[in-house]
Amino acid sequence: MQRYSGFGLAKHALSHHENWERQWRNPTPKPQYDVIIIGGGGHGLATAYYLAKEHGIRNVAVLEKGWLGGGNTARNTTIVRSNYLWDESAALYEHAIKLWEGLSQDINYNVMFSQRGVMNLAHTLQDMRDVQRRVNANRLNGIDSVVLTPEQIQEIVPVMDCSKNARYPILGASWQPRAGVARHDAVAWGYARAADALGVDLLQNTEVTGFKIRDGRVFGVHTNRGDIEAKTIGCVAAGNSGVLAKMAGFKLPLESHPLQALVSEPLKPVLDTVVMSNHVHGYINQTDKGDLVIGAGIDGYNGYGQRGSYPTVEHTLQAIVEMFPIFSRVRMNRQWGGIVDTCPDACPILSATPVKGLFFNCGWGTGGFKATPGSGHVFAWTLAKNQAHPLAAPFSINRFHTGALVDEHGAAGVAH
Amino acid sequence: MFHIYCPYCEEHREEEEFHPKGQAHIARPEEPEACSDEEWGDYLFFRDNPRGIHHELWVHAVGCRKFFNITRHTVSYAILETYKMGELPRFTAEFPEGSLSEKVTTEAEAMSRQEGVKA
Repeated sequence: MQRYSGFGLAKHALSHHENWERQWRNPTPKPQYDVIIIGGGGHGLATAYYLAKEHGIRNVAVLEKGWLGGGNTARNTTIVRSNYLWDESAALYEHAIKLWEGLSQDINYNVMFSQRGVMNLAHTLQDMRDVQRRVNANRLNGIDSVVLTPEQIQEIVPVMDCSKNARYPILGASWQPRAGVARHDAVAWGYARAADALGVDLLQNTEVTGFKIRDGRVFGVHTNRGDIEAKTIGCVAAGNSGVLAKMAGFKLPLESHPLQALVSEPLKPVLDTVVMSNHVHGYINQTDKGDLVIGAGIDGYNGYGQRGSYPTVEHTLQAIVEMFPIFSRVRMNRQWGGIVDTCPDACPILSATPVKGLFFNCGWGTGGFKATPGSGHVFAWTLAKNQAHPLAAPFSINRFHTGALVDEHGAAGVAH
Repeated sequence: MFHIYCPYCEEHREEEEFHPKGQAHIARPEEPEACSDEEWGDYLFFRDNPRGIHHELWVHAVGCRKFFNITRHTVSYAILETYKMGELPRFTAEFPEGSLSEKVTTEAEAMSRQEGVKA
C-alpha cells in the first residue's frame, strides 16, 4: 500500500498527481474464503479490516451489491457521540469513540474526525431532568458530559435563539466536548483501502441471492457472480438485513424505514458545533465546506425506496428554523433518504442466529454511523472467536425473547 | 406525499392526516398467559419487514380516527389498495397483480371511488 503523507503529496505534485495507486484492487471472487462479510458499508469494511488486522484472518471477502459505502454510510449526518444512558450502550459507543480518536493514524487515511462537541438541548422541565440523569449516568461510565445553562449555550452558539420568548424556550443542554463529526465517505474508503492492503477481497456489484445451508449450518452463499463458500458469514446489511434473514429462513425484530436528511448551499462559517434537539426534533451541523447538514426523525412507514415523504422534511425544517431563525432564508441543495433498520429498543443486534456460522450485525437504526469502528471491532472479535465479544453480549437477538431489552429509546429519548 | 383513500370516509386525503402503525393482521395470542417466552416475543417484536408488498395498519388520526389497512409496495411506495378492518387484501405477495376473479370488481370499485371523490 502506498502510504499517504504530506511528503507524498508534495512528491506527487511534481508529476501532476497522475501516478497515484488505485486505493484498492478489483479482484474476481475466489470459490472459497474463511469469512464472508455481506455488506460493503462502513460497518462491514471495518469488520473486515479488524478481522485481518487483529485476528490474522486475511482470507476474507466483502460482498457488496452496489458500490462501497453507497448505502447509509453515504446518507447519514456524520454525527459521532457516545452520551447514551444505559451502561451497555454507553460502553459500546464509547469504545467506538476511542477508536475514532486514533482512526486516521491507524488506517493512514484522513477521516476528518473533528471533535467539535455535541449539544443535546432541553426545552421542558422533564427534558432537563432527563438531561441531568443522562449526564450523571455518562460521568459514572467515564464519558465526558456536562450540563450547560442557557447562558453557556448562547456563548457557544451565538446564532441560536436562546431567548425566553421562543415557542420552545431552551432551558439547558447536555454537552459532550469529545463528540463531533467525521467525513463519512472517507471512513468507508479508508477502511476499504486498509483492508485491501491486508489481503481482503472487496467484491463490488456482487449481490447475495441465497444461502447454502446444510443441517442448520451455513457453508456458503449464492451470488449473481456464482457460488462462494465460507464457514463463517457475517451480515452487515443495514436496511436490507431483513431480506437476508428471510433468505436464511428466520425473522428479525426489525422494521426498515426511510430516514431523510438534507444539506444547504455552502455558507460562511456560522456553526462550529453540533446541535441536537429531541423536543422540537431536529439536528444540525456545518461541514468544512460550509453546507448545513440537517436531519430529524424517520418516516413512520416501512420502506426500502431510499426516499421519504415531504411532510417529514417540512417538520425537520420547522424545528431548525424554530431554533435558528437566522437560517430561515437558507436554500437547501439536496435531500435524500437512507433505509434504517430500526429495533424495538433502538439498540443494535450483534448476534449469532438460529443458523450456525451465520452472524448478524444490524438494527443500528438511525444511529449507526457513530459506532462504525466499534461495531466493526467487536463484530470481528465475535466472528473470529465464534462467541460474543463482552461489549456485544447484551445485544444478542435473544433479548427479544428473554425480555432483557436495552431500552435506550424510551428511557433517554435519544435522537440519533 | 401519499394520497390515501380512507375506506371509512370514502375520500382521498393527504398523508399528514394519517399515521402508520406497522404490520397489519397480527393476531393477539388467544391466551397470553399460556404463551412461551418465544411465542410472546415473536408476537411483540418480530415482523415480516418485506421488500415488496406489505400489508400495514394505518389510522386516520385527524379524520375519522378509525384504523384500516393498506397494501403498499415498500420499494415503489405504490398504494395498491386500502380496506377496512376485518377484510382481506386482494393484493398479496403471491398475487401481486391482484387475484384474477376479483380484478373486475376492483376496477369497478376504483371507478366508483373516483366518482365519489368528484361528487
